[in-house]
Amino acid sequence: MTSTAALINFDRELDVRGQSCPLPIISARKALDALTVGQVLKVRTTDKGSTTDFPAFVQQTALALDAFAEVDGEYHFYIRKP
Amino acid sequence: MAKKLAIIASKGTLDWAYPPFILASTAAALGYEVYIFFTFYGLALLKKDLSDVKISPLGNPAMPMPIPMPNLMQVLPGVETLATAMMQKKLKDKGVASLDSLRSLSLDAGVKMVACQMTVDLFDFKAEEFIDGITFGGAATFFQFAGEADISLFI
Repeated sequence: MTSTAALINFDRELDVRGQSCPLPIISARKALDALTVGQVLKVRTTDKGSTTDFPAFVQQTALALDAFAEVDGEYHFYIRKP
Repeated sequence: MAKKLAIIASKGTLDWAYPPFILASTAAALGYEVYIFFTFYGLALLKKDLSDVKISPLGNPAMPMPIPMPNLMQVLPGVETLATAMMQKKLKDKGVASLDSLRSLSLDAGVKMVACQMTVDLFDFKAEEFIDGITFGGAATFFQFAGEADISLFI
């Protein structure tokens, strides 16, 4: 993970701000299913639990968390489909 | 091979309705095969009409209340309806999905839902009261899946 997330390229953005567990993960799963190998999904959340849930999600599903950033009370995850 | 999660959902109150659907939908997103066996009051969670799924402060001393309410008042008519409306508003305000929507998301993600035939008969429920996409079965059908499950939960 890096702090230079603003520089990371992504192919699709998913805005799940305001949504609570487990919706951000479920929406991310759906969005990732629609991506092709190598593409990156940026997910924007406000749910505090997502900071531990997304790394756990990525680790269990053989995805890659390229970067994470906390921006103005939002959490931004950059998830690559390897 | 996919991991397997087996859940028995036995409770029909609004608070206890959430864990089976939250865990099932999340596990499905993580690639698990998921099976939920709904029995006794858990059957209320499979009805088309979810309005019987309520919450009461009565006998539930840990439930946070905006104003303290003595037990004797909790039995009054309307308290259960009021508590349910308050809880539903809180869930909505905090961005928590509705039960109906979590249930649909679970079904869409391939979660298998089975209604206990014995309790359906016991309570004289009709098949048409339940949502589409579920099946009916008994204890042995649960073990057919649960016997090979990596995680089994009784809720």
